[in-house]
Amino acid sequence: MNILVCVKRVPDIGARIDLTEDRQAITTKNLGFCISPHEECAVEEAIQLVEKHGGQATVLTLGPADAEEQLRDCLARGIDRGILIETDQPEWDSRETATALAEVIRSEADKEPFDLILFGNESADSTGCQVGIRVAHHLNLPCVASVKKLQIGDGDATASREVDTGWEVFSLPMPALITVKEGINLPRYPSLRGTMKAKKKPVDRLSADKIGASLKMQQLVHPPEQKKEVDMLGEGSAAASRIVEVFKALEVI
Amino acid sequence: MILGVIEYEQSTMTELSLQMVTFGRDLAEKSGDEFVGLIIGASDNAPLIGELGRYGVAKVITAAHENLKDYAPVAWANTISQVIDQTQAKMVMAPGSDQGNEVMAHLAARSDLPMATNCAAVSADDLSRITRLRWGSSLMEEAILTGDCKLITIAPFVVEAAEGASHAEPAEESFEPTLSDQDIQVRLIRKEPDETEGITLKNASVVVGGGRGVGSPEAYSVLEELAKLLGGAVGCSRVATNNGWRPHSDQVGLTGTRISPELYIACGISGAIQHLVGCKGAGKIMVINKDPEAAFFGKADYGVIGDLHEVLPAIIEELKAQGV
Ligand SMILES: Cc1cc2nc3c(=O)[nH]c(=O)nc-3n(C[C@H](O)[C@H](O)[C@H](O)COP(=O)(O)OP(=O)(O)OC[C@H]3O[C@@H](n4cnc5c(N)ncnc54)[C@H](O)[C@@H]3O)c2cc1C
Ligand SMILES: Nc1ncnc2c1ncn2[C@@H]1O[C@H](COP(=O)(O)O)[C@@H](O)[C@H]1O
Repeated sequence: MNILVCVKRVPDIGARIDLTEDRQAITTKNLGFCISPHEECAVEEAIQLVEKHGGQATVLTLGPADAEEQLRDCLARGIDRGILIETDQPEWDSRETATALAEVIRSEADKEPFDLILFGNESADSTGCQVGIRVAHHLNLPCVASVKKLQIGDGDATASREVDTGWEVFSLPMPALITVKEGINLPRYPSLRGTMKAKKKPVDRLSADKIGASLKMQQLVHPPEQKKEVDMLGEGSAAASRIVEVFKALEVI
Repeated sequence: MILGVIEYEQSTMTELSLQMVTFGRDLAEKSGDEFVGLIIGASDNAPLIGELGRYGVAKVITAAHENLKDYAPVAWANTISQVIDQTQAKMVMAPGSDQGNEVMAHLAARSDLPMATNCAAVSADDLSRITRLRWGSSLMEEAILTGDCKLITIAPFVVEAAEGASHAEPAEESFEPTLSDQDIQVRLIRKEPDETEGITLKNASVVVGGGRGVGSPEAYSVLEELAKLLGGAVGCSRVATNNGWRPHSDQVGLTGTRISPELYIACGISGAIQHLVGCKGAGKIMVINKDPEAAFFGKADYGVIGDLHEVLPAIIEELKAQGV
C-alpha cells in the first residue's frame, strides 16, 4: 500500500494561553510544538497498515521551515518519507490549505498513486473539520470523516464512527481518503533507534501559492472566564467524613 | 432565509440539533429572516415536524429521494446545495456534530465556499461576522465569513435548547432533489448498537475520574471500588489513555466522551481545558488533588487537597462504616 498522511504543526498549549499584542496569534516563546491527537493516530494507523500490508507511508505538511521537526517525529515513529510545503505566511484558512495540499498530492500521485490518504478529523488550532473533505473533492476521492475503526479489504474499505447509540458503518471503494479520530489506535512513541534512523530519511521541500483567505480572521479573544466558588472540604483522609456528607446531600448514596 | 439542517435519530431530533434550531430561530428573529428547517431522507417526517413546531419553526422543507434512504454525506450535501439554489438561502447551519460538520464540509467543498465550524455567535446585522471556538474551546476567533451563502456549524452546548415562545404549526414543503448513484458511492451500510450493558460513562449518575496522579493501571482498582459503591463508572484523562493505563473509551474530554453525571469526582487530574469541556455537563464536580494550585479547583464545586491514594481509601472506609 502507498499511504499518505497529512499533519499540521501547532504550539503545545498549556492551561494559560497568551496572545500577541495584535491578537493575531498565540505567543509561542515558551511553548513546544506538536501535531493534533487525531493526527498522531492517523500517523500510527499508516504505520500499522504498512506493517501489515507492506508498501510505504509518506507524511505531508504545509507550514514554516520549523515544521520539519514534526515531520522528523513522524519519521522516527516509522513513516518513510516527508514532504514540507514551506511557507512564511502564518494563517492559511482551510480552503487555502486544502487547495495547496491537493495540488502537491496530485503531482505526487502522478509518480506513484496513493491507495489511502489519511487526515486528522480536525487540527488542534483551527478546529476546522474540513481540510480532508475539501482535498477529497479536489482529487475526486471517496471520503468518510471521524473514523474510529478502519478495515482494509480487497479494493474497498470499511470505516466506522462512533455515535451516541453505537457505531455507524460505512463502506467505500479504494483509493479513498479517511479522516481519523483519536481512539482508533494507541500511538507509539518514537524509539531511540527510530529517531536515529529518521535523521537519514528524505524530506522534500516544496512551495505553494496562497489563493487568499475567504474566512477572514479579525482577532483572537479569550472566552469569558467562568470561575466557580469552590467549597473546600479539607485535607487528606481527614476530609472523608465531610465528603460522605456531601454524597448524602447530593443523594448519590 | 436561514436554513437549518436537522439531524435526527429514529424520528427524534438530536440534542445538538435542538440547540442548533434554538440558535438559528433566535438569530433569524433578530436579523429579520425566516428560519426554515430542512429534513433530509427521514422515513417519518411527522414527529420531526411536530418537534420543530414546538421550537417555534414555522416552515419545514422535507427532502426525499430513493438515494436518501440511508445517510450518505455527498447525497446530503448535494441535496442542500439544490435547496439553496431554489430558495436563495442566505445562510445554512447544521449542528457541530461529526455528521453536521461532515455534511457542511462536503457542501462547502462542492460549492467552493468558506465554512465556519464551531460557531458560538453570529452578528444579526449581515450574518457575516462570526465568532467561533478554536483550540478545543480555549480561544475564540472573530472572523468575517465571505461568500453569498454563509455556511456554519454551531458549537455544541453554547446555547441551551429551548422551545419557542409560541408553538407553530409548520408549513411543509416537499422537495425532490436530482441525485445520481455517484452520490451514494459512500454511504451508511449498517448501524451497530452499543453492546455494553448497565452503567456506562455516558449514562452513569456518578463518574470517578482518574488522571496522571493515579500513577499506574493497578491503582485504578481503588477508583473502581469507589465507583461501585456509588453505583457509578470510572473515567480518565488523556494522559491515562496515552500511557495505556485505561482504554480510550474511558477518556473524558474533547477527544474523548462528554459526560453528564450528577456528580463527577476528578482525582489526580489537573483540569486542562480539553478535559473540562468533557465534564461541563456534570451537575456537581468534586476535585481531589494534592496541588492546591491545580486549575481544576477553580472549576469545581467541592475541593479536597490531598493524595488520592490516601483520600479515596478513607472515603471507602467511611462509606463502609456507614453501611453503604
Ligand atoms: C487537541 C487536544 C485534545 C485533548 N483532548 C483531551 C481529552 O479528551 N481528555 C483529556 O483528559 N485531555 C485531553 N487533552 C490533554 C490535556 O491537554 C491534558 O494534557 C490532560 O488532560 C492532562 O491529564 P492529567 O490531568 O491527568 O495530567 P497532568 O496535567 O499531568 O495532571 C496531573 C495532576 O495530578 C495531580 N496529582 C499527582 N499525583 C497526585 C496524587 N497522588 N494525588 C492527587 N493528585 C495528584 C497533580 O497535582 C496534577 O494536577 C487534549 C489535548 C489536546 C491538545
Ligand atoms: N497546514 C496543514 N498541513 C497539512 N495538513 C493539514 C494542515 N492543516 C490541516 N491539515 C490536515 O487537515 C486536518 C483537518 O484540519 P482542519 O480542517 O483545520 O480542522 C488536520 O487534522 C490535518 O490532518
